[in-house]
Amino acid sequence: MPDIDVKVQATPRSRKDFVSDQAVRWCPGCGDYAILANMQKAFAQMDTPKEKFLSVSGIGCSSRITYYIDTFGIHSVHGRALAVATGAKLADPELNVWVFTGDGDSMAIGGNHFIHACRRNININVVIFNNKIYGMTKGQSSPTTPPGVKTKTAGDGSYENPFNIGEMAIASGATFYARVPDNDHKLLEHVMMEAYRHEGVSVIEVLQNCVIFTDGIHDLITGKDTKDDNQVLLEHGKPMIFGKEQKMGFKIDGFRIKEVPYDVNDPDFLVHDASVKDSTMHLALAKLELPEYPVAVGIIRNAQKQTFDQIVHQRIEDAMSRSETPTLQDLFRQGNTWELA
Amino acid sequence: MSSKSILTPEMQKVVIRFSGDSGDGMQLTGDMFSQSSGQAGFDLTTTPDFPAEIRAPQGSVGGVSSFQIQIGGTEIYTPGDQVDVLVVMNPAALKANIGYLKPGGTIIADADSFNPRNLKKADYEENPLDDGTLEEYYIIRAPATSLTKEALKDLGLDTAAQVRSKNMFALGMVTFIFSQPLSRLVKFIEKKFAKKPALIEANVRALEAGFNFGYSIEATSTTVHIPPAKLPQGTYRNIDGNTAIAWGFLAAAERAGRKLSLCSYPITPASEILHELSARNDMGAIVFQAEDEIAAVCAAIGASFVGNLSITTTSGPGLSLKSEAMGLALISEIPLVIVDVQRAGPSTGLPTKTEQSDLNQALYGRHGDAPLVVLAASSPDDCFHLAYQAAKIAMEHMTPVILLSDTYLASGTSPWRIPDLTELPPITVPKFEGPPDQWESFMRDEEYLNRYWMHPGDAGFEHRIGGLEKKEGSGNLTYDPLNHERMTQLRAEKVQRVAGKLPDQQVYGADSGELLIVGWGSTHGSIHTALDELMQDGEKGVGFAHFNYINPLPSNTAEVFSRFKKILVCELNNGQFAGYLRTRFPQFTFGQYNKIQGQPFFASEIKAQIINALTE
Ligand code: SF4
Repeated sequence: MPDIDVKVQATPRSRKDFVSDQAVRWCPGCGDYAILANMQKAFAQMDTPKEKFLSVSGIGCSSRITYYIDTFGIHSVHGRALAVATGAKLADPELNVWVFTGDGDSMAIGGNHFIHACRRNININVVIFNNKIYGMTKGQSSPTTPPGVKTKTAGDGSYENPFNIGEMAIASGATFYARVPDNDHKLLEHVMMEAYRHEGVSVIEVLQNCVIFTDGIHDLITGKDTKDDNQVLLEHGKPMIFGKEQKMGFKIDGFRIKEVPYDVNDPDFLVHDASVKDSTMHLALAKLELPEYPVAVGIIRNAQKQTFDQIVHQRIEDAMSRSETPTLQDLFRQGNTWELA
Repeated sequence: MSSKSILTPEMQKVVIRFSGDSGDGMQLTGDMFSQSSGQAGFDLTTTPDFPAEIRAPQGSVGGVSSFQIQIGGTEIYTPGDQVDVLVVMNPAALKANIGYLKPGGTIIADADSFNPRNLKKADYEENPLDDGTLEEYYIIRAPATSLTKEALKDLGLDTAAQVRSKNMFALGMVTFIFSQPLSRLVKFIEKKFAKKPALIEANVRALEAGFNFGYSIEATSTTVHIPPAKLPQGTYRNIDGNTAIAWGFLAAAERAGRKLSLCSYPITPASEILHELSARNDMGAIVFQAEDEIAAVCAAIGASFVGNLSITTTSGPGLSLKSEAMGLALISEIPLVIVDVQRAGPSTGLPTKTEQSDLNQALYGRHGDAPLVVLAASSPDDCFHLAYQAAKIAMEHMTPVILLSDTYLASGTSPWRIPDLTELPPITVPKFEGPPDQWESFMRDEEYLNRYWMHPGDAGFEHRIGGLEKKEGSGNLTYDPLNHERMTQLRAEKVQRVAGKLPDQQVYGADSGELLIVGWGSTHGSIHTALDELMQDGEKGVGFAHFNYINPLPSNTAEVFSRFKKILVCELNNGQFAGYLRTRFPQFTFGQYNKIQGQPFFASEIKAQIINALTE
């Protein structure tokens, strides 16, 4: 686990500074609790004045989180949190904006806003609680429900092709994408801090357990006994190794990634480069799926690119500095005017 | 051919329609004539008429582009029902527009373009200029194409470029007929083509050639003198409704000391507001072209929560898409202006035509009990003031406001007296002045019931808003049944209390009497003109109440209605305002006159309705 680099603030804050006075009302045992706690811990470490945080959510179990975090917050419309956040960030680019959403909220009803937020690379952070089901409406299939999982709308097992959130994010142009199990608290906090430091859109997919409708759906990846073989933790600049004894790794074979026993002397052995601009490898890593491959967790992509909000405000600044119409009265008098006495 | 022209040496007002192929530059010609007429001190109103298709075949009736203007020495409220002078640059233009010409009206035709090829494209078997079918009109056959070519022949331009200047020839003729000097038009040309000196020379020569042609052949029976209008003193310019809306918001942002965020998705006929404000990044406007209508309104909500004056602009179909999010803005009680430049619907309907049929949607088109403020602008220049008002009400009362405009206002122009910013009413943003621990997110001003606009950046005022019902005062979530009832009533009452800041409803014409004509929005000009004409004929018992404030209605509305024996509501839809008034004021009987043809009212239609209602 990498060390967490904490910027020191003028007045040190603690998690408590971000706990609101509202009672938390998720089901006992829900993965959302861990996300909330780690988010509050991470907020306490960020170098932003408290009044410059903005939390935005859509609708769903996940989206209740805005009521529990003591920052300025908007619990908005189903699927539209990213649009709300985009308007807010452009309105005040100094805000530290966090969007909280679920797999239904972001991939179904809000899919359009998700791809466009990634495409624009606006400097906001998006935490997707992926429990692969509609929780709040009580158990319908979502766009990430795996085939075969029984739901209220697919009693014999879900039959639609699911989205892979990482693939959606990276293919749409996201410059930061990480995948984290909800039970890996250290990794959650680390990824949140790195997302904060990243300038551009940061997508964090949390593999979140819903104890009511899809309990254990991520167990193969997150379970104590199974995770070593079924997840590969990616760290920038380090070889991609996994397995109980950390003896397996990857090579490239044609256009595909191939599992091979790790050999420290083999120069073709894959080392993770999260910052490379070209997203081909990141896409391939995000798409690694069980049972053929272990699932990649950690920061898969973290590349630099000018952000949308920077571009918009740079243009405003440029236009204002070269402007021939600096005042409203000048604007009103542009073109032909006439005096009547 | 009749030699009788309805043009007389002295006229109070006159209607001119320029028409030609889309490529003939008729919009520019009309625009130049309106600028020059405005500078001459006339009041005026204009309306363009574009082909529906972006690239209709050249020379076809579908490809005709027109520009109509009424100028006059009295106050001019409409571009005119029927036309005194019709300029036609080709046979298709004649075919498309002859129906607008008054009997005895003047046709100025480019005789050169009435050749067999063009006649065929317009489905004429014979040349209508010669076959006697236009006997009731006064025809001026001007060889505009050939004379323009002749005037420009030594400038080294190719034929196509020479011919392109023939619109200036036509403009020169019209300028001569209406006794206006060329100097202002020459200045306009010099400014417009400052970077292309060769075109300055070409256009000025064509203009002069047309003017001289009119002079030398004594083309009309007479030249016409119009006495200038008595408009209030000041600096004027022509403005169209969409630009006026954009500028109204810029002015409101400046007066309120707020940044302006515009978040919109392109849609006819509202897009020009988005275009204008995109270009106004030189004044700090933050413009976001969203991925869809829903994203646009949601982004505006985000910007509003952050403390900017936030606007989203659209037309009817887009308003439908925004309605869920408008509910969020309403229950969160944040300022937001939604502009609906109405077009003829439902669905795609007649997307380039005008109608007032989104009124019910503006008033009622949301889930839940969700009233909000609705305003409507009367004329292109009025769009500036109503946009300013909409922004002021939204910010001062912490509520979403819908501003209704329409295609007719969006593309029409009228002279606008440029205001000094200090003339505009001040905007006071409600901020809580005490310490954060004495503040709650849903505490209210006692008089107007607005909450306070505390937002990111206001340290200590961190709070959450959202779609869930709030407890009165604290803003905490609650399912308490009585609280929901109380909050629903508070939200309705808050909208009604806006009326406390609105001016009283005025009545034009008779203050009481036989008949009250009721209008709202863009029909002001036609109704006003109709009533003026009747009053000139001696009618004394008819009043006219034109509504800009739809919800809430001005406080004296019922009192106004009570002063008349009969009420006739005129609107460009199937009776939506009349229906609204019936539910609000069941004690009165509302007659209705409706037109649903994608066209504005003609003053003559209103006049006939008034006479009808008086004799019934
Ligand atoms: S339904 Fe599932 S996701 Fe929702 S709160 Fe309960 S456990 Fe959490």
